[in-house]
Amino acid sequence: MANRRPKGFGADRFFLYAVLLCLALLFLLPVYVMVCNSLKPLDEIRSGNLMALPIIWTIEPWLTAWSTAQIGVQPTGLKPYFLNSFLLVVPAVAISTLIGALNGYILTQFRFRGANLLFAAMLFSVFIPFQIVLIPMAKTLGVLGLAGTVKGLVFVNVVYGIGFTTLFFRNYYAAFPIELIRSARMDGADFFGVLFRILLPSSGPIIVVTVIWQFTNIWNEFLFGASFSDYSSFPITVALNNLVNSSTGVKEYNVHFAGAFIAAIPTLVVYLVSGKYFVRGLMAGSVKG
Amino acid sequence: MATLDLINVQKSFGQTKILHDISISLADGEFLVLVGPSGCGKSTLMNIIAGLEEPSGGELQLDGRDITPLPPADRNISMVFQSYALYPNMTVAKNIEFPLAMRKVEKSKRAERVKSVAKLLQIEHLLERKPRQLSGGQRQRVAIGRALAREPRLYLFDEPLSNLDAQLRLDMRTEIKKLHQRLGATIVYVTHDQIEAMTLATRIAVMKGGVLQQLGTPYEVYNRPANTFVAGFMGSPRMNLVKARLTQESSRLALNIQTGKRPPVRIDLPDMPSAMSAYIGTEVIAGLRAEAVNLARPDMVAGPTERAVDARVEVIEPTGADTLVVLDLGGNEFTVRLEPDVSLKPGQDARFFVDLAKLVCFDAKTEKLIA
Amino acid sequence: MRTGALPKLLLSPSVLLVLVCVYGYIMFTIYLSFTASMLMPSYEWTGTASYQRLFAQENWHVSLNNLWVFASLYIGVAIVLGLGFAILIDQHIRAEGAFRSIFLYPMALSFIVTGTAWKWLLDPGVGLEHTMHNIGWEGFAFGWIKDSDMAIYCVVIAAVWQTTGFVMALFLAGLRGVDAEQISAARVDGARSWQIYLHIIIPQLGPVFVSAFVILAHMAIKSYDLVIALTNGGPGRSTWLPSVFMYQYSFTRNEMSVGAASAVMMLAAIGLVVLPYLFSEMRKVKNG
Repeated sequence: MANRRPKGFGADRFFLYAVLLCLALLFLLPVYVMVCNSLKPLDEIRSGNLMALPIIWTIEPWLTAWSTAQIGVQPTGLKPYFLNSFLLVVPAVAISTLIGALNGYILTQFRFRGANLLFAAMLFSVFIPFQIVLIPMAKTLGVLGLAGTVKGLVFVNVVYGIGFTTLFFRNYYAAFPIELIRSARMDGADFFGVLFRILLPSSGPIIVVTVIWQFTNIWNEFLFGASFSDYSSFPITVALNNLVNSSTGVKEYNVHFAGAFIAAIPTLVVYLVSGKYFVRGLMAGSVKG
Repeated sequence: MATLDLINVQKSFGQTKILHDISISLADGEFLVLVGPSGCGKSTLMNIIAGLEEPSGGELQLDGRDITPLPPADRNISMVFQSYALYPNMTVAKNIEFPLAMRKVEKSKRAERVKSVAKLLQIEHLLERKPRQLSGGQRQRVAIGRALAREPRLYLFDEPLSNLDAQLRLDMRTEIKKLHQRLGATIVYVTHDQIEAMTLATRIAVMKGGVLQQLGTPYEVYNRPANTFVAGFMGSPRMNLVKARLTQESSRLALNIQTGKRPPVRIDLPDMPSAMSAYIGTEVIAGLRAEAVNLARPDMVAGPTERAVDARVEVIEPTGADTLVVLDLGGNEFTVRLEPDVSLKPGQDARFFVDLAKLVCFDAKTEKLIA
Repeated sequence: MRTGALPKLLLSPSVLLVLVCVYGYIMFTIYLSFTASMLMPSYEWTGTASYQRLFAQENWHVSLNNLWVFASLYIGVAIVLGLGFAILIDQHIRAEGAFRSIFLYPMALSFIVTGTAWKWLLDPGVGLEHTMHNIGWEGFAFGWIKDSDMAIYCVVIAAVWQTTGFVMALFLAGLRGVDAEQISAARVDGARSWQIYLHIIIPQLGPVFVSAFVILAHMAIKSYDLVIALTNGGPGRSTWLPSVFMYQYSFTRNEMSVGAASAVMMLAAIGLVVLPYLFSEMRKVKNG
């Protein structure tokens, strides 16, 4: 409510803070449970309860999850797949961001027939259920020799990320003061001149937003990973699911939790560090074209 | 209606003091205008009266009752905002009805009240429309209607005419004055436009930098400004303020005006307040309004309080209704208001009659009026 | 500036990729849904046979029913909670940033991580029920995730936990966009805080409700990762959603055309929800 912060600490405020605190604790619960139980030996989880702090602290589950857990047929732990995810994410984010910047520039600074339609077509591509492209994309990757490779996944994630990155940059450049560009043109800047000397240097915020958005989405992506990769190229989400869902016999909850947290760390760190840029990405991605 | 007393009201935000010791007493049915440049604290004071902000010190009393700790809802006041603040999702009728609904007034009484207010403000035909379908002037009437609905003790208007175009502003100004006459309401009105202040107020409070510069009737504020700020702020064109040396020759006081290389101008003064004698031999700031000067035609004789003065014409600005002429008076810029058909040329030297009954003098250091 | 060849040239790779990999593929899949593809795509037109087969599948009806239950609860609860959280946070509290961070962080997690965490949290053998028993509350039962009828509600719980923070962020922005003078006016008019929210602020949040609905609805229709991680479609097939159906039929059961048909149905559902919204937004932008 606008106007002013109520002074003092009456019953209302106490209740408000109490409710918020409870909700916050509820929200933190899953992470607390994950971390806490990833540091317990297995029998302690079975005999004790999930909420209790470890009596015996151990990092065994983490070591197992990282290097010896059974993923599919290989007891390699999550390490190789963590690496795969990085090999996937870095090029995919870089390429899709660059393409988005270029597209955003072209769509806002140049008038030509169909520009709006093209943008709408790109925008719609972020909404489609990706199930609808799985079959033909599988065929295509086969034909291109990219099936089951990280390169293939990079290709797929770039293609389906273009819609978002173009949206971000296009909105950002649409609000860019046009006089700066006009005067640069009058000073003789050409196509690339305007892009590299005027627009990109001022694009810091949107580049950060786009990179964070793409990083989070591609790192967390599962469907394409599950459909188009094989044991050598699983990203970490697929590997984690494999670890949890296909474990027969003894369920090593602590290892599962450790694995889940390992998979979550990169995006959580990015989230904590980037704060408002993360939120901006969320808002920009949800507000219209 | 009610009396309002502001007693030593102060407001600070952290280290910055926004309002310094404001004390004003309003009688029942008065129309008080708070006027001043941006940042003078008038809006803050208005918010404090409304209860939207708390004062850092001091007290407010409505009809003798201390309302300082009360929230806005319990103060029995209404407010009209600069941006009208109409509720966009409600019709005009519901907007006007809202304060009554909040007070749990009975439904039939509410409908009746909305009708009579709408009739008074001539917005009956707009009752079922939404705010976005209304023009600026219509929205303003609805905002006033909403304030009238409750028949509060005190009305607050926060720059209600600022967002209207010039002609509409004049029309609405008259409407508000008529409303005041009709209702006999006690009103506090904020504006930065000194003409609005002059035309609407029974009393004006001129503010600057959070300090009350002068509280007086329009006549007082215009003709006997308390200091040079008020003198320069009120009136258009602003009052001419000229440095002059006060001398005495054979028991007659005279002002000597000379700045730079222009020939000096000497004005013999008629009877002046005795306080002036303390300033003999020193500089004072002489203040005279543009309309207190006439062009001396060959057949004219100076009146008892008039004195002849020579000056050079610099700039001529015909406004249609009159002619504003900027003179060089003893090296100082001096604006005078003459008849519309006067024929003068820039660079011409001419003689003028100044009416010293309208003369006010200010202390050169304190800038306060020498009473 | 009149457009030379260069900009169009540089834009064309993206246009081509989108045209082929989005719209071209959609056409392909639609075509497949009118064939009798099994393990591999076949190109012989068989009319609506696959759709008829689709609608005859018990699994499809289970998926649709689950989607209906899941989507309505997910959207409803997330919006109510999101609005509620936003109103709480809007009360000028200290540590507002910290609270917002806490409610929003699940959005940074993969659905697989969320599913894994909640899978065991809700498991009666090791999760909440077991914990309650351990503390001493023997009678406590919470085996929903193992119960065919109730498992879908577990998906709702995990999904709501994940996205409520996002809905909260949307509503918070909306709340703060309301003109402060209207709120001052309402206070002077005698309205208490809850009345101001009810009569003045929330009615103005219409567009936010619409945005939130469209985004949540489209996420619900696309939900796949969470189901796989949380229940893997189980117990049995009781938490199948159309997305799970599609994957199973296309790749595991070798009924590719039926899978394609289900994907087309998903696309149609999303189109229904998203296209009207997109059109009205694009028109708004055009009209300035």
